Amino acid sequence: MRLENQPPVSADTPIGITLTINGQRRELQVAPWTTLLDLLRERLDLTGTKKGCDHGQCGACTVLVNGTRVNSCLTLAVMKDGAEITTVEGLAGLGDRAGSNALHPIQEAFIEHDAFQCGYCTPGQLCSSVGLMNEGHAHTRDEIREAMSGNICRCGAYTNIVDAIEDVMQGGAR
Amino acid sequence: MNRFDYVRAGTVAEAVQAFGAGARFIAGGTNLIDLMKYDVEKPGRLIDITRLPLDKIEAHGNGLRIGALATNAKVAYDDRVAERYPLLRNAILAGASAQLRNAASTGGNLLQRTRCYYFYDTATACNKREPGSGCPAIGGMNRIHAIFGTSENCIATHPSDMCIALAALEATVQVSGPQGDRSIPFSEFHRLPGDTPETDTNLAPGEIIVAVDLPESRFPQHYTYLKLRDRLSYAFALVSVAAALELDGDTVKTARLALGGVAHKPWRNREAEALLEGKPATRESFQAAADLIVSEAQPQSENGFKIDLARRAIVRGLEQAAAGTPQSLSDKRIQ
Repeated sequence: MRLENQPPVSADTPIGITLTINGQRRELQVAPWTTLLDLLRERLDLTGTKKGCDHGQCGACTVLVNGTRVNSCLTLAVMKDGAEITTVEGLAGLGDRAGSNALHPIQEAFIEHDAFQCGYCTPGQLCSSVGLMNEGHAHTRDEIREAMSGNICRCGAYTNIVDAIEDVMQGGAR
Repeated sequence: MNRFDYVRAGTVAEAVQAFGAGARFIAGGTNLIDLMKYDVEKPGRLIDITRLPLDKIEAHGNGLRIGALATNAKVAYDDRVAERYPLLRNAILAGASAQLRNAASTGGNLLQRTRCYYFYDTATACNKREPGSGCPAIGGMNRIHAIFGTSENCIATHPSDMCIALAALEATVQVSGPQGDRSIPFSEFHRLPGDTPETDTNLAPGEIIVAVDLPESRFPQHYTYLKLRDRLSYAFALVSVAAALELDGDTVKTARLALGGVAHKPWRNREAEALLEGKPATRESFQAAADLIVSEAQPQSENGFKIDLARRAIVRGLEQAAAGTPQSLSDKRIQ
């Protein structure tokens, strides 16, 4: 059903939406106040995406929506009806390794460069790194640092995260 | 988050029609959803405007029309904006994070609420959140608060970087509402707190921003957005300066200056701009303008440092603009 031009959906009626999540088309009924983050974690058991601050300040919830990185905690699922969502669970299936079980190059680079300690921010860092590379605006180390400032790492693995991204941008870690 | 009705509008007229008491329009949602999680905003109805055809950036006379739904990232990385309005590009990229800029809309950026701690904390009083309840920021924790245009009811600051550039560029806001369409000059869009700090802008209830128009490009060479903050990225401004100059040799022909982080709206002082015009583009001229601007500043108990910070930032910003060496977005050293 086309939702535009319809009467308001009252607060106690779930809304039907379609999302393609990590390549899989899902028909879902959601309450309008469900964030994309809660839908992924609580309903779909895609718990790779992390809830850090839940206020768009830490970046742990970063996912790709139609290839673009956003904070899933500040997005309502109903607003993304029709979108393609990629979470950390779907990164391995992206690009030229689709269909294989091989890690995404950025995942291999994070391992290679020891780009995490506790790992809690890592799913967001990985998705944000892929988003950064899709955007194509960052080229130097300073620009990578600036473009990754929406992802906080309390363990302080920043230097190695920048190393990992730079390596993949230069065609390494493959 | 409270429960609410959800409407998805297909046209601007539908969105306006769906509006009523307690309703909110939602686009990027990056500020509104956050405020809803804190129970600062409790809308009875959300009107989803993300499907409206308002995301284009297109020629408009000799200027540019930016659709209200164009994301901050889309505007910042538009080639025409980069070439003709680099001040706007730099201000946008100085704000928030890449994730937020990918979601946040142009119209929503204009409607951001203050990040005053007391406004966000529902356990405290706040005249902006609950009119008449008081302002604990006055005499409280006010290091980040305003030094210009405050009232006894509110000392909050406007948080946007983009809007500081739009003020200096003298943009026009196009709105549509129950009474039809109208244009609002940027300087009249946001308001000072006065006796009604709960009202941030001069939008009427049910009015929706449809576009922001930029006039003909005049400052593609001599501009800067200099933002001073507690950490080098992803933090709100303590003081920011959007400076734009037209030079005739070494003489200032036109000067535009807007300050962020210091008032309830982007802060301009036209007397200081006029003082610069016809003067040599030297530190001495810039210091005279800065002195005039900060002569109106009124400190709170913890933010007196902002007065000298603003004075120095104005001089440095004008120097960067005059030299054609805008503040770098990635090398944070201030030259």
